[in-house]
Amino acid sequence: MKTTYREAMRGAIREAMHRDDRVFLMGEDVGHYGGCYAVSKGLLEEFGPERIRDTPLAESGFVGAGIGAALGGMRPIVEIMTVNFSLLAMDQIVNNAATLLHMSGGAFNVPLVIRMATGGGRQVAAQHSRSLDGWYAHIPGLRILTPATLEDARGMLWTALEDPDPVIIFEHVLLYNMEGELAEDAGPVSIDRAEVRRTGSDVSLITFGLGVVKAMQAADALEEEGISAEVLDLRTLRPLDTDAILETVRRTHRAVVVDEGWRSGGISAEISARITEGAFYELDAPVSRVCGVEVPTPYPEHLERAALPQVEDIVHAVRTLISGKGELS
Amino acid sequence: MTFPPSPPLPDESHARALLRSMILIRRFEEKCAELYTRQKIRGFLHLYIGEEAVAAGSLPVLEPRDSVVATYREHGQALARGVPATTIMAEMYGRKEGCARGRGGSMHIFDAETRFYGGNAIVAGGLPLAAGLALAAQMKGEDRVTACYFGDGAMAEGEFHESMNLAALWDLPLLFCCENNLYAMGTALAIAHAETDLALRATSYGMPAWAVDGMDVLAVEDATRRAVQSIRAGGGPHFLEFRTYRFRPHSMFDPELYRSREEVSEWKKRDPIPLLADRMRQAGMLDDDALAALESEVTAEVEEAVTFAEEGSWEPVEELTRFVHSETGGAP
Amino acid sequence: MSKAYPMPSLGAGMEAGTVVEWHVQPGQRVSRGDVVGVVDTEKGAIEIEIWEDAEVAEIVAAPGSRVPVGEPLLLLKETESTADQVVEEVWDEPSPDTPPAEEPHRRLRVSPVARKRAKELNLELDTLHGSGPGGAITLSDVETAAQEMDREGLPPSGAPEPVAEQDESGPDSGVDRHAAMRRAIATAMTRSKREIPHYYLVHTFSLESTLHWLGQTNRDRSPSRRLLLAALYLKAVARAVKNFPEFNGFWEDEAFSRAEGVHPGMAISLRGGGLVAPAIHDADTRSLEALTEAVRDVVHRSRAGLLRGSEVADPTITVTSLGERGVDAVFGVIYPPQVAIVGIGSVAERPWAEGGMVGSRRVVTVTLAADHRASDGHRGALFLEHVAQRLQSPEDL
Repeated sequence: MKTTYREAMRGAIREAMHRDDRVFLMGEDVGHYGGCYAVSKGLLEEFGPERIRDTPLAESGFVGAGIGAALGGMRPIVEIMTVNFSLLAMDQIVNNAATLLHMSGGAFNVPLVIRMATGGGRQVAAQHSRSLDGWYAHIPGLRILTPATLEDARGMLWTALEDPDPVIIFEHVLLYNMEGELAEDAGPVSIDRAEVRRTGSDVSLITFGLGVVKAMQAADALEEEGISAEVLDLRTLRPLDTDAILETVRRTHRAVVVDEGWRSGGISAEISARITEGAFYELDAPVSRVCGVEVPTPYPEHLERAALPQVEDIVHAVRTLISGKGELS
Repeated sequence: MTFPPSPPLPDESHARALLRSMILIRRFEEKCAELYTRQKIRGFLHLYIGEEAVAAGSLPVLEPRDSVVATYREHGQALARGVPATTIMAEMYGRKEGCARGRGGSMHIFDAETRFYGGNAIVAGGLPLAAGLALAAQMKGEDRVTACYFGDGAMAEGEFHESMNLAALWDLPLLFCCENNLYAMGTALAIAHAETDLALRATSYGMPAWAVDGMDVLAVEDATRRAVQSIRAGGGPHFLEFRTYRFRPHSMFDPELYRSREEVSEWKKRDPIPLLADRMRQAGMLDDDALAALESEVTAEVEEAVTFAEEGSWEPVEELTRFVHSETGGAP
Repeated sequence: MSKAYPMPSLGAGMEAGTVVEWHVQPGQRVSRGDVVGVVDTEKGAIEIEIWEDAEVAEIVAAPGSRVPVGEPLLLLKETESTADQVVEEVWDEPSPDTPPAEEPHRRLRVSPVARKRAKELNLELDTLHGSGPGGAITLSDVETAAQEMDREGLPPSGAPEPVAEQDESGPDSGVDRHAAMRRAIATAMTRSKREIPHYYLVHTFSLESTLHWLGQTNRDRSPSRRLLLAALYLKAVARAVKNFPEFNGFWEDEAFSRAEGVHPGMAISLRGGGLVAPAIHDADTRSLEALTEAVRDVVHRSRAGLLRGSEVADPTITVTSLGERGVDAVFGVIYPPQVAIVGIGSVAERPWAEGGMVGSRRVVTVTLAADHRASDGHRGALFLEHVAQRLQSPEDL
């Protein structure tokens, strides 16, 4: 079945709504507008305004309401239009969703799913191009998912809804139009494990979200140069599948972490640290990172391109690591 | 501000129950202060002394099926809601036997049994949550009211506005209980709010709202009853401004540079406990012996709580990382 | 019985307070809830309450004194209603951790996995050259070196020559170490050619009987126990210098000094260029089996960089071979302060006249380069002939 990431995500929401009447979708413009990225287009007609619930522009309010509704026995899917606006809901996500179970000594769990679009690359400037997946991955009590394939777009949501604790799904804006084949019977997938998307022997490209697509392209380019790159799709940033990270490094002895987010204090730093802690003696070169340049994402096309990790940046990083001709950073 | 005349005294047993509830909170809080100076209770400790009428008058109006969201000054609400004094005290000790296994402490009393959804220590942080609890009840067709307590300080927060709007917009079965004790920590109402008539502000969201004498437990009870009845009848969210006063500093570590002794003693003249007790005496419902009996009953309950907490255990450090994720396989 | 009324803890951050004033005096009775005094904290002055009914026995902390939380402020005489004892709690100050010992500074850049693998293989890292980032030694550098190490036989040697690389390393990698070795060779060889008056002798002879014997001897042996031709060369030279001691020793301080033992240095070319000539100690007295073993060992360790200091310093004469490089002869440059170097060319099949008959023979050309200050050509010729005879009687070696 030919489909897109957007349609796969919509299919996942629709299926969840049919399977469990406690599930409802809530967020800005999810109903009458059809979703900012058209993910929920048509769902209002199918499920009605109670369950496809437009909210005021009140991120903290409706995210908190989602938490409360989860506490009250519902299975809310809260859509925050983009990660950029989630900063207005940080209090609810970090201080409540992530914390209540522990702070209540296990008395109250929060079965909430938050979806948000993330990432740059569409020339919408700094306030609409954030990659803060790593920030959220910093918080114990949350589970952070980054679907990068049609299968994951289709399958992660249901598994997330079955999780008794809060889950955030980051959907990269540049993935929504991604087309491909999806099995008719595609369904729930694991949200615990990273997946090797391509095997290789010389270097591991460790990444997530849109980075997976770019890393796969980079691996193709590298293959022509005789370099065999393995691509590890992390899929879940919290909890990180450390075993999978260490296993791929043990196979290839070299790692390049690709993260659209900034490197300082970012998830790439965490991955690098885990490799150093767990597979130091397997390393044949320093862990290398291809990250967003540390600047608020600029508007003009050429500057934005330069600010975000590109396929050729990944290829260059790998060459540097393997040929020994590049500089050590 | 003048309030309507106080409602008539209820029957003796009911009046006695209200009095007992307030005295329990008072003695419990005094004990907490003592235990804090002895380092038995650590961290932050915010006492409810002076504000007892609000909790004692409003919470018993709710049914067990209803839900409660409170703030970090929530011992009074927890006690009035029926969370056992023993597990509250153990929580403040940080004991495993505490109602949140000691993981929350004074500011985070949680109790599933009584649907007490926590002391929330972020000002206004509990409001959206309460809206969500009310939304769940509405969507599931459950007859549940959610009562949400917060202070005057919360009304300056964006989350207050967002929650009021959501609740009114969606007609949620939600009771907003504003405990206006005139100070957000040390910032007086007039310093922080352009419009200090809080009930008036609440009406702008399109919900019934009025101010109540928060030192008069009978007035609190009456107002809460009317509001809850209206909510249950489908009247949507209501807002009550309880005008009250805390007699003690904001927290234990507060030299009270922001208010005068005179102001405090003026308010103490309206101490909610003598206010009710005197009316009961006048009505022949209470004498010295009865009061002493009540006091000793309450003291025993507080002492029992202290003993329970003293004899409690520490959660093993090996269990530190429990309850970051649920231990059940899937969502219940 | 009296008990202490301690400085109360008034906040999570409070460590101590300063007594401002007392509202009580000794002998005064106080009741639970009474404000007994005022304490100044970093947040301001706070009234302190008493939690029991008692009589003030003594004021311990006078106004102005700063008292840590939990330390006594007053002594109280208990009355009958006094509440439970104040439990003093002892808090252990956490002792600062011992700072970790400084890691010794390492100049070599070696990837962790390369370091681990090298250790498993007993490879000395500083003989390898790195092809990784910044010249770091990588896993593939170690693996390649290990493969070379595993090859048996006398390694190619002779004049230093660039060794063709089979790995992916760039021309600019490993520059530092390579250059250092080149400089060392340059210094030694320049000194040799400047100071040592070399003379050269050449001798070509049949090795047929030797190789026949070697083939017979090795036929029934497992590969690891087979004798190496190199061992025969070394033994022949070593035995010969016992009879011609002027070729075994050092020219130092304008005089020749004989060496005590016979420790021929065996020139071994290194992967990546350069060479070393470690001593095979007491080659004159060791069996061919032992020498074979020693040759294998020293080749292995030279490539791995695991030579002992004595092996590098001890050679009393040098033997160099071009092994399978195919050249007929090598004229060595003496390594000072030694006085002789024996060069061994390739074994090659040649037409050979013997006893009036021309036939085919496998022959070798052995040369001697010797220091004319220490010996003369006549002795040199005898020495070289002696080496040939020894070689041709392998059963006696």
